[in-house]
Amino acid sequence: MGQNHNHDHFVIPFKTLMNVCLWLCFYTVLTVVTAKVPVIHHALGPLAPLVAFGIAAAKAYLVMAHFMGLKYDTKSNRIIFASGFAFLGLLFIIVFIDIFTRVLQTNTL
Amino acid sequence: MGSAAGKNYINEFAGLKSWFTSLDHKRIAILYMISVLTFFLVGGIMALLIRAELFSPGGQFLTGDSYNQVLTYHGAIMVFMVIIPGIPAIFGNFFLPLHIGAKDVAFPRLNLASWYVFMFGAALAVSTMFTSKIDTGWTFYTPYSIKTGTAVVTMVLAAFVMGMSSILTGLNFIVTTHKLRAPGMTMGRIPLFVWAIYSTAILQVLATPILGITLLLLAAERIFGVGIFDPALGGDPVLFQHFFWFYSHPAVYIMILPAMGIISELITTYSKKTIFGYTAIAYSSIGIAAVSFFVWGHHMYVSGQSEVAGVIFSFLTMLVGVPTAIKMFNWLATLYKGSITFDSPMLYALGFMFLFAIGGVTGIMLATLGLDVHFHDTYFVVAHFHYVMVGGTLMALVGAFYYWWPKMFGKMFSETYARLSFVFIFVGFNVTFFPQFVLGAMGMPRRYFDYIAPYESLNKISTVGSWLIGIGFFIVLFNLIHSLLKGAKAPDNPWGSKTLEWTVQSPPTHHNFDHDPVVTAGPYEYR
Amino acid sequence: MSTDNHVTTAGKHHHAHHFKDAWHEFISAKEGIWLFMVTEILMFGGLFVGYFIYHMKYPEMFAEGASFLDWRMGAFNTFVLIGSSLTMALGIHYIQVGKNKAASWALITTLACGAIFMVVKYFEYTHKIHLGLLPGKFFAYPEAVSQNLAMYFGFYFCMTGLHGTHVLIGMALITWVLIRNMRGEFDSHYFTPVEGVGIFWHIVDLIWIFLFPLLYLVG
Repeated sequence: MGQNHNHDHFVIPFKTLMNVCLWLCFYTVLTVVTAKVPVIHHALGPLAPLVAFGIAAAKAYLVMAHFMGLKYDTKSNRIIFASGFAFLGLLFIIVFIDIFTRVLQTNTL
Repeated sequence: MGSAAGKNYINEFAGLKSWFTSLDHKRIAILYMISVLTFFLVGGIMALLIRAELFSPGGQFLTGDSYNQVLTYHGAIMVFMVIIPGIPAIFGNFFLPLHIGAKDVAFPRLNLASWYVFMFGAALAVSTMFTSKIDTGWTFYTPYSIKTGTAVVTMVLAAFVMGMSSILTGLNFIVTTHKLRAPGMTMGRIPLFVWAIYSTAILQVLATPILGITLLLLAAERIFGVGIFDPALGGDPVLFQHFFWFYSHPAVYIMILPAMGIISELITTYSKKTIFGYTAIAYSSIGIAAVSFFVWGHHMYVSGQSEVAGVIFSFLTMLVGVPTAIKMFNWLATLYKGSITFDSPMLYALGFMFLFAIGGVTGIMLATLGLDVHFHDTYFVVAHFHYVMVGGTLMALVGAFYYWWPKMFGKMFSETYARLSFVFIFVGFNVTFFPQFVLGAMGMPRRYFDYIAPYESLNKISTVGSWLIGIGFFIVLFNLIHSLLKGAKAPDNPWGSKTLEWTVQSPPTHHNFDHDPVVTAGPYEYR
Repeated sequence: MSTDNHVTTAGKHHHAHHFKDAWHEFISAKEGIWLFMVTEILMFGGLFVGYFIYHMKYPEMFAEGASFLDWRMGAFNTFVLIGSSLTMALGIHYIQVGKNKAASWALITTLACGAIFMVVKYFEYTHKIHLGLLPGKFFAYPEAVSQNLAMYFGFYFCMTGLHGTHVLIGMALITWVLIRNMRGEFDSHYFTPVEGVGIFWHIVDLIWIFLFPLLYLVG
């Protein structure tokens, strides 16, 4: 009966899960503060949406890496999941290029 | 060899219920085969109706509205219910496990579920033919698809459901290819048909979800008037086209890649020669799949898309011709100094190469921005995609039927009638569609039920061609059915091919292989 | 039996015949689960792409729409979903270390969090319906400043609606594995369906992580 130690389910430790949860809560508070506290929000100016996106990305990383277990999973599963985001990025970039390089044509007649 | 004497996957379990609850990939393939061929018949009748109407200018027997409905169903049925599922669901299901030495696909229950999901979607689609028939074209462009009083919501839901089936099949095939290869069967030793199905599966998983959300948004637009595609609310109808073609362009590669996989198998088998450039063909399949995601805007050059975007898409579209051409040259090189026999499957393969070359080259013409401004929405486009989808995929599909029929059913068909069917289909196809290149260049618009007098003679020729194609396909059908009833018993390997499915009995047993095959060489070790 | 962070494979689950062993079945199932999750990301992602494009075109209109959303309810729901992700992950953890009863409670807590989320959603929706802030052609709020504010609420209801639908589907799936766990079908060697449902539930959390700032904290 399987002595092969490759056949082991990794158990994510209880402490890791709790830690991740606390960090997620912290980031949530941070994103609300940077958006809703007027002094901070105005100080950020045009960077505000980027900061919000960055915090969301950090939270997303924690969920994907630890709760979904990608950090402890195979490289191929990580590539598979990343490919979804890559193609989404492609769709966004090219549609963006189209919409923001349109030149309004007026009637030449 | 084989389990109890005379037992195979067909006769081992009896009764209809055993077929509708079977987890055997081979039986599921047969379920798909019967449904897809039935839908092909319906879509084909639509085609004949279109061509009959276009025999002469003016209304023959269809009004403008009915004509729009007929052409919409022809497109929607052929695209969503025949060509996209076609080769993967029938031959991918049947032969992928056999090709890699596996007993089944990775998720057999999911496989059966895919078929039921597909049939549910198909039922929804067909139901609209009895309620208010849609007339938007299979592409559902806004704003007409939002305003028309026909059953668009049901139809897009149908397409959504069929898309789910496609995703589940693709997912199944990817995991099967990754995880169920027999010992010694490295990725460098899988048949090129498997590379093709695998690349297709990647497209099915990555592209179809975008179709899903696009169709949901269209439904939301119709029901709630959300505004995302409506200029009155600041929305953009071209955005619909971006979303739609982001899936539908990779979709056309879902249609052609498996066909190319079949051609690789046929060319090498009937040349009795190791395929030339295995690695190049394998990587070109992945390459085509990858590049297919970057080119969708070539459907939109004159839609209102920016010129900058148009130029980018034109350039990228030229690139996709490269891996495609690589395949063609490798097949040619395989034929060179091969011991070629002109069995009917080979005729279809050679026919594919000729017709797909024309289709592909005219695709490059359409990719050229300046030319497309003239050709867009004309019969030139119609001819182009029929050359690649019918002259390409459908020829490969029929070739696959003839090639694999003896293995699937243990019966040989009439070679004479098979060759005759090829003549009717090949000649009929060119008679139908070559004139359409000329018509398009002369400016005849597509999706019109009427036309001016100068287009009449070419339209008449085209319609006669459609009857020849129809006859050809009926010969195929009768030939194959007749073989089931009265055909000679097929040997295990009638063609002398080297891939794994020919090492088992015809038809295969339920478990495919009695013992895991151990693979020590590539799939095409002829000489 | 478990030592440090690993448990060995063996046990009463019988793997399907076309797999070599239970581990082979597990890693194949995992890959299939991840491939399915890619499709979920892409489907939601399409909505996000549409949102980004229009947000860039009509920033004031989106800011006006966001002003009708209560960021406190959104933040509360964010904490609820984060907590539910924790309890979901704990559910799997407990099964892996042989504490099936604790796992059931973790799953029940996850369900409760999902229900709380939907109740808050219900209050948010009724508030908007009451004000006439509805998508597209049903929009009936007379004091709108932006001409096309209806589009914002089209996005709002589509995105949160699709997300909410997935919350409900997730809750149904969690109920299913909860029942199977209570029947003793899972142990440290076999818990693949729970893992799959867990990953699905984390996707629901993941989508909300982006929805919250995009819809509630804009402008």
